[in-house]
Amino acid sequence: MFSFQTFLDSFGPLFWAARYTLLISVLGIALGLVIGTLICAAALSKQIWLRRFAGLWVSFLRGVPLLVQLLLFYYLLPVIGIDVPAMVAAVVTVGICASAYISEIWRGAINALPKGQTEAATAIGMGPRDIWTRIILPQAVRLSLPALINELILLVKVSSLVSVVGILELTRASQAQAATTFRPLEVYLAAACIYLLINLFLAALGRYLEHRMAV
Amino acid sequence: MDWSIFQQYGPMLLRGFGLTILCWLLGTVLGMALGLVIALIQRYAPRPVGWIMQAYIEIIRGTPFLVQLFVLYYGGPLVGLRLDALPAGILGLTLYGSPYFAEIFRSAFQAVPHGQIEAARAIGMAEAIIVRRILLPVGLVSALPALVNFSIILTKETVILSIITVPELMYQAQRMSTETFRYLEANLALALFFWALVETISRFGRRLEKRITGYLIERT
Repeated sequence: MFSFQTFLDSFGPLFWAARYTLLISVLGIALGLVIGTLICAAALSKQIWLRRFAGLWVSFLRGVPLLVQLLLFYYLLPVIGIDVPAMVAAVVTVGICASAYISEIWRGAINALPKGQTEAATAIGMGPRDIWTRIILPQAVRLSLPALINELILLVKVSSLVSVVGILELTRASQAQAATTFRPLEVYLAAACIYLLINLFLAALGRYLEHRMAV
Repeated sequence: MDWSIFQQYGPMLLRGFGLTILCWLLGTVLGMALGLVIALIQRYAPRPVGWIMQAYIEIIRGTPFLVQLFVLYYGGPLVGLRLDALPAGILGLTLYGSPYFAEIFRSAFQAVPHGQIEAARAIGMAEAIIVRRILLPVGLVSALPALVNFSIILTKETVILSIITVPELMYQAQRMSTETFRYLEANLALALFFWALVETISRFGRRLEKRITGYLIERT
C-alpha cells in the first residue's frame, strides 16, 4: 500500500528542487523589505497623495490572491513590453506581494512605540534623523522581528504557487516526480516533510533571534 | 484589451463566483468549528492528546495549502479516500483553516480573566457550564478581530482549489482565458473582483467588530 521506499527515494530530487523554494522566498523577502520600507515611509509621510498611494497599494496586494497576482504579472509584463525570465517575474511578484504585508508590519511596530520617547528625544534636542536612526528604528526592528520571520515562513509556503508559472521548485518537482512514479501520496508527503523541516528551522531561528535581541 | 468576451463568459464567471463563496463559507464555518474543538481538547484533554493536537497544528501550519490539497486529492485514493474535487476542496480548506482557528481560540481563552473562571468554580458551576457561559462568550468576543482576519485570508486561499479542478471563479476565469487567449483581461477581472470581495468583507468585519466590542465594554 504505502511504499516507504518511494517515500525515501523522493527526498533526493526534492531536496535539490527545494533550493529554488528557498531562493524565491529569501529573494522575495529581501525585495519585500526594500519596497515595504518605501511604502511604509509613504504611509507615514505628510503628503496626502503619498499616503493614498500606500493605502491603495496595501489594500490591492492584500486583497487579491497571490495566485491571481502571479498570473496577472506574468501575462501583464509581455503586454507592456517587458520580457523577463519566469524566475525574475516570480521573485518580483512574491516581493511585491510581501511588501504590502511588510509595510504594515513596520507601521504597526513604529506606531507601537510610546510617543513620549520621540517627544523626550525632541526635548533634549535630537534632530529628526537622529530620532529615527537611534530611537525609532532600532526598537521597531526588534518589535517587528517575530512578525518578519512569520512572513518569511508564509513566503516559503506561498512559493509553492510559483509552480503554476512553470518554475521547477519543490512543488513542481514533486508533481513531476508523482507523475513518473505514479505514487502521489508518498511523493507529496515527502514534499510536505521538506516544507515542514524548512519552516520548523525558520521558526527556531526566529525564536533564537528574538531571544538574543530581547532586552 | 477586449471586454466583449465578458458578455459570453459572464454567466460562467458568476457561477464560479457562487461556488467560490460556497467553498469559502463552508471551509470557514467548518474550519472554525474544528478549530474550536481542537482548542477545547487542548485545554481539557490529558497531556498526550494535547501533544497530538500540537503536532497536527505544526504540520498543517508548516506545509503549503497546495501540497496539502495534493496529498488529499491525489494521495487520498491510495489509502481509500476517494473524493470528488469539490468535497476534497472543502475538506482541504477545513483542515487547512482549523489549526489557525484553534490557535486564535486558544489565545482568546487564555485572555479570559482567570478570576472569572475561579469565581465560577467557587460558586459550584460545572466545568461544561463554565465553558458554555463564561469561556465561550467572553473568549469569542476577544477572538473576533483575529477570526475575521483569518476568514479574509481564507477567501484568497480558495483560488488554489482551481488547481485540483474545483470549478470556482479562478477555474472559470482560466477556462475563459485559455478558450479566448485573453489572459490579461481574465486575470485583471479576477484581481478586481477579489479586491472588491475582500474589501467588502473586511469593511463588514470592521463594523461587526465595532458593534461587538462595544457590547463587551458596556458589559464589563
